[in-house]
Amino acid sequence: MAAADFVAEVQRLRERYPQGRSAIMGALRLAQERHNGWLPPEALRDVADAMDVAPAQVEAVATFYDMYNLEPVGRHLVEVCTNLSCALVGAKQVVDAFEQELGIPPGETSDDGEVTFRLIECAGGCGYAPVVVVDHWYREPTTADDVPGVVEEMRAR
Amino acid sequence: MPAELTVLTGADERDLTRLDEYRAISGYQALERARAMAPAALIEEISNASLRGRGGAGFPMGRKLSLVPPPDKRSGPSYVVANADESEPGAFKDREIMRRVPHRFVEGCLIAAHAIQASNVFIYIRGEYLAEFLVLEAAVEEARLAGVFGDVDVVLHRGAGAYICGEESALLESLEGYRGQPRPRPPFPPVAGLYMQPTLINNVQTLASVPAIIELGVERYSELGVASAPGTVVYSLSGNVNRPGNYELPLGTTLRELIFEHGHGVAEGRALKAIIPGGSSVPVFTPDQLDVPLDFDSVQSAGSFLGSAAVIVVDDRACMVQLALRAEKFYMHESCGKCTPCREGTRWLVQLLEKIEAGEGTQGDLDLVVNVCDRVLGKSLCALGDFAVYCVGSYVAKFRDEFQQHIDEGRCPYGGESSIEGVPAPSDQHTHTAMAEVPS
Repeated sequence: MAAADFVAEVQRLRERYPQGRSAIMGALRLAQERHNGWLPPEALRDVADAMDVAPAQVEAVATFYDMYNLEPVGRHLVEVCTNLSCALVGAKQVVDAFEQELGIPPGETSDDGEVTFRLIECAGGCGYAPVVVVDHWYREPTTADDVPGVVEEMRAR
Repeated sequence: MPAELTVLTGADERDLTRLDEYRAISGYQALERARAMAPAALIEEISNASLRGRGGAGFPMGRKLSLVPPPDKRSGPSYVVANADESEPGAFKDREIMRRVPHRFVEGCLIAAHAIQASNVFIYIRGEYLAEFLVLEAAVEEARLAGVFGDVDVVLHRGAGAYICGEESALLESLEGYRGQPRPRPPFPPVAGLYMQPTLINNVQTLASVPAIIELGVERYSELGVASAPGTVVYSLSGNVNRPGNYELPLGTTLRELIFEHGHGVAEGRALKAIIPGGSSVPVFTPDQLDVPLDFDSVQSAGSFLGSAAVIVVDDRACMVQLALRAEKFYMHESCGKCTPCREGTRWLVQLLEKIEAGEGTQGDLDLVVNVCDRVLGKSLCALGDFAVYCVGSYVAKFRDEFQQHIDEGRCPYGGESSIEGVPAPSDQHTHTAMAEVPS
């Protein structure tokens, strides 16, 4: 059973729309926030309960969008955009610098569960490239030289 | 109001995220004037201003408005949906509009709501835009508390990372709580959109352009831009250019002026190789096309699209095969999978381009790239399939020699020195994604 306060919060979301089903994305976001940044199977079940839809319908939505994490993520999230505009001004060097600094390749989470490092596109910061997003906040531009400082600052939080 | 700007007006001088500051430059007065007009007259005004959609397709907003049936000709409500799911590679202007002039955008939404007599506005903002969401949310709450909304309710809806949701019918599916996959049309949204009710769906910049039309009047507004598309547009300039950024200028500004005057030319004094004039999805231009004016019709006559007016500058250090491959990996990743030509075509193109870049491509592979592009074009429910082949198809057409060189020499002519050498893509991380092999 989903926690009562979660159901109540989802209910408030549902009431904002003419049809409550529209709240499913918001409910997933909420559930993810409550589960350390990812959606374990029980979180999907809780959303289905609170939304009063079949679990398969929740899973269909959760698997479609990049920002729902279906595997555990680190306490920190480092994302580097490598689409055209970022690529043209050194995104590869930024990726390499993070790989070296964090000790993991993109797409992975560090063994201590501290950091998940991944590639994204396109972040919509093309004019301030290369774009790096740390814990959902844009840091633009971030060059390869900036990377050690960015990681140090992040780890201190 | 300075005549040069209509969207970002005043944002350099004042903090227009605050309601009192926005009101100090006659903010929300256009809304009052619009509300004093009969909806039909308001629609006529916007139609006369020939405001064309800034989101990519350039569809006249006035025509969209007039396609929404008025209350006596429809059953149930109509809706205004603002497309703030900006995610075209190269575009970053809606973000600036929401961050710096959120109230002007909201005012445009409310004027549109009056025009189609809707009592609900939904703003679908891409999930990654956290800072912009917070600014917009604060502005919406301030306007709501000040009574600006009247009988209209404004709801912010956050996306969760899917390029396809910038496509209007996919956005509506997503907003209804489903996977963001496009719908077959007709019916078009003005007839049956959100919850199958008549829906006006417009891009952020289009809506943020509306207050100026009401405030300046059609005649003065039409003095800006070109006859076929009056007004200003925020050009997003990025890539190998000295001063990248957003530049609000009259429609019809030439590429040369944008890149060399506003952008201060190609970075590091390099030679210009290619220009993508409207976001990564449109056909590429070559340096001999620098004098093309950036308005909808001129760019189209020159063989491309203004799209989202996102200009990407590419200098001579970039290998075009690598650029094509990097662009195509994006479309492969973002294809929603609903239509076979787009889903499979993007995968085939990635595999073929990888082979060519590795120096293992045959003449047949290059022919197949062109063939796949031809066969995907126009075969899908939405334009993503077209986007996925406009880019690659045009790179091959305009830089054929460079593709040919990869095949003839059995290696990349840049020999590891291309500026985008080895740049990884998000799709490279998903090793579990099953991929059908291109049959030999």
